[in-house]
Amino acid sequence: MALNTYDDLNDIHIDVLREIGNIGSGNAASALASMLARQVSISVPIVRILDYEQVVEELGGPEQMIVGLLLSLEGDVKGMIMFLLHQNFANMTLSALMGADVPEDAEMDEMAYSAIQEVANIMAASFVNAISEMTGLTINITVPSMCVDMLGAILSVPAIHYANISDKIVFIQDEFSSQDLHAPNHVLLIPDVESLGKIMTNLGIEL
Amino acid sequence: MSQVIKVGISDLNVARSPDALVTFALGSCVGICLYDRARKIAGLSHIMLPSSTMNRDPKQAYRFADTAIVILVQKMVAAGADKRRLTAKIAGGAKMFASVSDSSLSNIGMRNVMAVKETLLKLGIPIIAEDTGKDFGRTVYFYAEDGKMQVKSAKMGEWTL
Repeated sequence: MALNTYDDLNDIHIDVLREIGNIGSGNAASALASMLARQVSISVPIVRILDYEQVVEELGGPEQMIVGLLLSLEGDVKGMIMFLLHQNFANMTLSALMGADVPEDAEMDEMAYSAIQEVANIMAASFVNAISEMTGLTINITVPSMCVDMLGAILSVPAIHYANISDKIVFIQDEFSSQDLHAPNHVLLIPDVESLGKIMTNLGIEL
Repeated sequence: MSQVIKVGISDLNVARSPDALVTFALGSCVGICLYDRARKIAGLSHIMLPSSTMNRDPKQAYRFADTAIVILVQKMVAAGADKRRLTAKIAGGAKMFASVSDSSLSNIGMRNVMAVKETLLKLGIPIIAEDTGKDFGRTVYFYAEDGKMQVKSAKMGEWTL
């Protein structure tokens, strides 16, 4: 059997992706902890294969405001990875970094914007490094591009890019907690199907 | 009571006065609003991609500018609109992520807008208002009562065309 679409993924493959999500998020959380100089704990990630419309509903509808961070994957694994952070994650990070309380509905200024971008950049790199180490595949990431806007508009970017390949994405959902703050975090892993096959093969999983 | 009919991604629909149409959070996608002023019939299509040449699956015809607009016109005509009276207002086609290196990706919004304009030109439908490009998401309401297109954005407020 070959992997031709995301629909060909069986339970074992999904388990593997769950484990990748687990390890990737764990790495990202420890990177975050060392940047914030705080303990950051993380819930066991929930990994599902969903289509875009489901992701939109899951995250609060198309007009929900969200911080989106998009990176392209290059090298042995091609595709995209997208982090969707809620505003309170951004606030939690900012208040820890800058040592001041950031009000819930605060507008992000340029300083805050680039701080979040940098934090997310490092988290993304640790996430991807985890996959790279597990599989022995070379994965390079581009400098992330950040956008704060309506969820539907942000998600349209990967949706369009992969529209002719698949409507499905690997949706990883977890929650970071630091002190009394909890922030849901979502990672969309969108490798092209061929790369997905490579990941499975390199981990010794039958396709 | 007037209704607001939702149009999803890669979807289209037709409404009569006093109803309205809405499509949420256009990013690089484009919303095409067609209107027959005499009959007060409005149509809205939310396209994702410029051209169906890569994908001839008829189930996905609503996804592409070149096929979806043609279908929307047919549906409006079937609902009683006169094709010669149709006018268009378009919105969307933003570039959401400024520095994504992949050129095909960063230009997709613009390519969508171009494809929409080309298709409308072929069909002989004039574009009387446009709010496209830039770097923000748009929700579009289109009112069959007067043909007004209302654009709402999270960052920039809202305006009517």
